[in-house]
Amino acid sequence: MTIVANQSDALPTAAVPNAVELAGVTFGYDRGRPVLKGIDLEIPRGKVVAIMGGSGCGKTTILRLIGAQLRQQAGSVLVDGQSVGDLDRAGLFALRRRIGMLFQFGALFTDMSVFENVAFQMREHTDLDDEMIRDLVLLKLHAVGLRGTSALMPAELSGGMARRVALARAIALDPMLILYDEPFAGLDPISLGIVGQLIRKLNDALGITSVVVTHDVYESLKIVDYMYFVSEGQIIARGTPDEVRDSDDPFVRQFVDGAPDGPVPFHYPAPAYADELSLHAR
Amino acid sequence: MPASGLINVLRRIGAVTTGVIGRLGFAARFFVAVLVHSPTAFFRPQLTIREIYSAGVLSLVVIMVSGLFVGMVLGLQGYDTLNRYGSGDSLGVFVGLSLVRELGPVVAGLLFASRAGSAITAEIGLMKTTEQLAAMEMMAVDPLARIVAPRFWGGVVSMPMLAALFSVMGVFGAYVVGVRLIGVDSGTFWGNMRAGIDFWPDVTNGIIKSIVFGIAVSFIAVFEGYDAQPTAAGVSAATTRTVVIGSLAILALDFVLTVFMFRGTA
Repeated sequence: MTIVANQSDALPTAAVPNAVELAGVTFGYDRGRPVLKGIDLEIPRGKVVAIMGGSGCGKTTILRLIGAQLRQQAGSVLVDGQSVGDLDRAGLFALRRRIGMLFQFGALFTDMSVFENVAFQMREHTDLDDEMIRDLVLLKLHAVGLRGTSALMPAELSGGMARRVALARAIALDPMLILYDEPFAGLDPISLGIVGQLIRKLNDALGITSVVVTHDVYESLKIVDYMYFVSEGQIIARGTPDEVRDSDDPFVRQFVDGAPDGPVPFHYPAPAYADELSLHAR
Repeated sequence: MPASGLINVLRRIGAVTTGVIGRLGFAARFFVAVLVHSPTAFFRPQLTIREIYSAGVLSLVVIMVSGLFVGMVLGLQGYDTLNRYGSGDSLGVFVGLSLVRELGPVVAGLLFASRAGSAITAEIGLMKTTEQLAAMEMMAVDPLARIVAPRFWGGVVSMPMLAALFSVMGVFGAYVVGVRLIGVDSGTFWGNMRAGIDFWPDVTNGIIKSIVFGIAVSFIAVFEGYDAQPTAAGVSAATTRTVVIGSLAILALDFVLTVFMFRGTA
């Protein structure tokens, strides 16, 4: 058994300083019902790490805590050594300039062309002249294979193309960390493969760190260095792709095999069926 | 009514009351935040000019056509009523005062809330729904400064100009009906209008009203968009609220302003 459940000493690159660290993080949208219950995880610098789990398990909440879109109620969230929960707005914005984020459906600005979307951060945060911005935008679009779309509007792009343009926008200022929120959702197999390979190649070429929140286990196994499994607000398993493939952990097996029933039950909790149908003799 | 039913009713009233007070408090804080982030709208005027185009220029057709027809109807109805008392020659001043003092700012404001206010709310609400505002935040760009403040000031600047254009078109419509069709003397029409309307207080008060309406409608529009539930139904409800609350705010503010502005001349 190579999968290590609920232990924090299993990272293969423990000696490398972590780009992201969560320790004992608890969070709930409603105080009485925590979504995350004491999450501990580390994202080593330079690695692609997946956070996996079923819908509603709290994995996107983890991403939002890392980006400080939400603030944890207990524990600490460190990004590049800084406690994001303690940063003021100026400090947070300074940190976010070094973080790129790919939203689930791209979140491209619909009133701007592809070119202007990618140029947005350059215009907002730098004094680069138009010629330099043009060259950089074309460079970023070329990296995702969409240099030819610079004049198009987001509405003219397919879902996969929009995701790639959003990726070009996310790397516009050469961030140290990229957060991916469900990058494979709703994509056809070709687009899915392209986006997966882009995540891996951009991570290695730019020397960045990538956090991928997804429930696409097959695509993740191909591209990530390490995986965390989240269920009911807790990290219940973790390991490298090889460890995950060989795992006999019931939750991991159900997830990898796509089994409809198992540790994650098919039925939502409910009273006994016979009772609900009043089938018992009175 | 049983005790539990009464408690439920009281509980519901309490929940609604605290909800309304909470939302008013949030709106007040949001208004201050918009003002604090307004320098971006002035230091980067191209952002605000774009919103003036969206809220103002694109509203020109509905404002001008409405003004023309309101003025024509005012000419017909006004002449008919005034003529019963032998005052048909006063049509010019009647139409002018009606438009400059009341109809110009109020009707233009109502049209502005329907045309531009709803568009602003829908745009910001959809940006929220599609995570564009969140994306902007994650790119270290404040949506209040980049999106909300320019739209607010674009609306505030547009509204008085639209109200003025509405009044101009209304006067022109009344002129066409009164002078060209009915036969009121042209010199009398314009002469009475010039003699009966003062720049202060008539025109200036009309301008003040239109500025206040512009602030009210623009704020309601950006607030409802920013506060919209990020769903299709939520954006739809927010857009409806902008038109309803914006229109009621205009009518209520008009009464209050009129009481203060014209109480000495009544």
